[in-house]
This record gives sequence, C-alpha cells and structure tokens, in this order.
Amino acid sequence: MTKVKKHPVVATATASPAKRGAGAMRGPGAVNVSLSVNGEERLVSIEPRVSLLDLLREHLDLTGTKKGCDHGACGACTVWVDGRRVLACLTLAITSEGREVYTVESLATGGELHPMQRAFITRDAFQCGYCTPGQLMSAVALLNEGHASTDAEIAEWMSGNLCRCAAYPNIRAAIRDVRDAAGGDGHAAH
Amino acid sequence: MRPISYARATGVEDAIATALADRESAYLAGGTTEIDLLRLDVVRPTALIDINALPLGRIEDLPDGGLRIGALARMSDAAEAPGVVERFPMIAQALVLGASPQLRHMASMGGNLLQRVRCTYFRDGVSPCNKREPGTGCSALEGINRGHAVLGTSEHCIATHPSDVSVALVALDAIVQTDGPSGTRAIPIDEFFLLPGETPHYEHPIEHGELIVAIDVPAAPVARTSLYLKVRDRGSYEFALVSAAVALRVERGVVIDVRLALGGVATKPWRARRVESALMGARADTASFARAAHEELAAARPRGLNAFKVELAQRTIVRALETAAGLAIAGGGA
Repeated sequence: MTKVKKHPVVATATASPAKRGAGAMRGPGAVNVSLSVNGEERLVSIEPRVSLLDLLREHLDLTGTKKGCDHGACGACTVWVDGRRVLACLTLAITSEGREVYTVESLATGGELHPMQRAFITRDAFQCGYCTPGQLMSAVALLNEGHASTDAEIAEWMSGNLCRCAAYPNIRAAIRDVRDAAGGDGHAAH
Repeated sequence: MRPISYARATGVEDAIATALADRESAYLAGGTTEIDLLRLDVVRPTALIDINALPLGRIEDLPDGGLRIGALARMSDAAEAPGVVERFPMIAQALVLGASPQLRHMASMGGNLLQRVRCTYFRDGVSPCNKREPGTGCSALEGINRGHAVLGTSEHCIATHPSDVSVALVALDAIVQTDGPSGTRAIPIDEFFLLPGETPHYEHPIEHGELIVAIDVPAAPVARTSLYLKVRDRGSYEFALVSAAVALRVERGVVIDVRLALGGVATKPWRARRVESALMGARADTASFARAAHEELAAARPRGLNAFKVELAQRTIVRALETAAGLAIAGGGA
C-alpha cells in the first residue's frame, strides 16, 4: 500500500510539505504533492489549481472517472475521498494530500467485477455509459450509507448522478439487486 | 482557472495570520461554490488558505438545549446528528433537500452561509452585475429573472439567496461565531445576511481574514415539530422556487409560538416577521394562515418573469403552516 509508483510527471524541485512551516504558501507553479490513489501512494508535480479530476485523468491516466459538467452538477466525476463520495471536479487535488482517494478503477479486484458492476450489466443500467463510473461509485457508497430501503429513497440519494440516457429505472433495479443480495442490511463490499 | 497559491492552515490563529498576510487570499473549505466560481473567473483570489484541517468539525448539544455546529461540520454530518434530527428537524430537512449527497459530503456549514448567488448574470462573468462589478448595473432587472427575488430587492440587485439551511437557521435566531483580526464576535444570523441596497457586493459584515468558527442554535422547544417545505421545478436536486422553514405551537386551537422563514423568494434568508406577528394569538386555521401569508407578500416587488412567486410563496406558507399544525397536534402540543 505504500509503494511509490514511478511516474513521468514526478518532479524533484520543491521540498515535501512536512519540511515547511505551518501555513506556508505553495505554488502557483508546480509543487510536489503526494496522495493515496486506489491504495497506492502517488507523488506528482502539479499546480495547486489542478482539480482532482484532472489529476486522475491527465496525470495518472486513470480515465475511468469522467468529466461531464466540470461544475459539480452531473456526478460523472464521483470518487471516494476518505470513504465518502465526493465530486472530483470541485476538489483541488492538492487538498487531497494525505487523504485516501478511490476511483472506479478500484471496484474490480483481480479481474473480477464488483457486484454492482455485474448488476449494472445484468440490468442494462446504462446506454452510452458516460455517467456509469460516477453512477457506480455513488451506488456502492449509497448502500454503505444505508439509504436504499425504497425506490424513492434510492432515487433521492442518487439524485446527484445525472443520466442523459435516462437509464434510471434500470440503475435503481441494479442497486436493489445488490442491496438484496447483500442480505438486507444494504452493505455491499468496500 | 487562473494560477493560484495554496497553503494548508493547521490552526485558527495560523489561518487568520496567513489570510492577513495577503489581502488577495481567500479561505477554502468544501470548495463547492468557490472552486466553481474560480473556474468561471467570477472570484479572483490569488491564494487559497485550506482550512479543512482545522478542528472545527464538531456538532455539540449545549446544556441549555441549544446546539453548536462547528463551521467545518459537513452538511451531511449536520443532517444526521441526533441532536439536529430530534430537536431541530427543520435544519436536518433543509440540509438533505439542499444539495446532492456528494455535495453534502463536501460542503461545510460555515461555507454554506457564505455561498454566492446563482444569478446567471453574476455567474457568467461578463454581464453587467453590481454584485460582481459594482456600478455596472443589474442585468436581471429586465432580463431572465424567473428565479429572482421578490422580497428584499433593490434597484441594484434582485439575486435570490440560494441557501436552504440558512432559512432554517434564520427562523431559529442562530448566532454566527467568528474569529478574526478584531478578536471573536457573535453575529445574530439575521444581521449576518445583508440586504443588497446600494451595495450588493457587500454581503456579510465580516472583514478580510475573519473566519466563521461555529454556528450556535439557541434552545427552541417549538422546533421539535418544525419542518422545511421546499417547492421547486424538479422533484429533487434543484434550488427552491419557494421554501419555508416553519415551527409552530398551538394550544386550544390558538397559535402560541411560531417561527417562519422563507427561501427562494428573497435576497437573503427571509424571516417572515409579518407572518409571525399576525399569527401570534390567532386561530390556527387556514384562513389565519392565508391572511398572514398575504401580509408578508404585500411588500413583494415582482419583476416580469418572477411574478408567480408572490402567489406561490403564499400557498407555500399556508401549506407549511397547515402541515406544521398537524405535526404540532400529533406531537401533543394542542
């Protein structure tokens, strides 16, 4: 979990944050930032203005997380930071330093799809698929949050994930399937 | 987004000192409004001071029955805190109806009070807008103003205040606790939100470097049977056309205590004092509610596309009060 992946964008120009005084200003040029993504420590050189979404997609080649609106409205960029689903487009990557970031790439383990991913396929819960990574990250988090007891509740607590193909009934069906397979307590893996 | 510097503050004093060292800096909490507006080039701080590591996230029940909500408690934390759900349901309901789950996990309670208006002309970065560029005029007066305010407006700005939870907090006479260059202050929340008047760019009576540290909600037994009713274009995840935070106590069919505030219709979270004074001692029935609602909206100044809000606000007030009256009776208050 602590291995540092070598990556072309890693720079060596600035000192690590631990060596600076409290409240020290960094940037606006590129600074070294270390953060945990899908259980791996990553060290990158980025400007403080870089969003977590752009860091994932443009610097770490984790393109599963999608850029829909880039305004915090559509939910396509939903990831988990410290165990909570949040919007990567409205998060500056540098604020995630020292936090645990998980993306849709973490759902499948050892080539085995997550139960929610399987349910999305079984239930045909997508058409174009662009919103699907965000839907999946929200859906798994939703079951852990315990707000999936009824269809109305699922709809309300999935309201931050828009699907322009309107696959909503099938998305709800997929979530129901995983909820019920998990034994009624609504808690899935992760 | 323009280039920006970044510092992570480790304590309140450190945060304030860092802010005072740079007039062009701004605090960063959840960032759900701020990052968006930075990207739109509507706000232009050159440095962000990340306050998320500050120990201001607790939600405490106060011994007198009140509540202290740390400024960095997230909307989702506050919405689920037992003291909020049981004793101030209007706060919990306003929070859950206020944003998507992802945004609620991010947005801080202090930041919620400071969120900027959703007026298209403010957000587009180019239209004349007295709030964004003082003195340039208000494009909404004769523009697309369906979502704009009918109460508390001026010739200089008619932007609606977008917060839901602030409506509940205004109804409950919350106190905004701040720390800053001039020491600590306790600001009554109704005074924390300024009417636009001739200075719509001046939204809160706080100075550069002043930091919200907590929101105190005084004890209010009447709030146990309170509710937040939100009327909007979609079933979910949308700003209010009209909303009402209501707490009501009825004895022998007569109103003996009432709190009511409106969202979606005013330039600040709007305490409906005319409704409250009209209802105290009045019969708790639909006719009284309608009369009180009519009095409140008598001051409304609709503009073109938002005229429907005058009637919609009255109906929302009546329905919220009727529902609250039912709750009050069910709760043993009759």
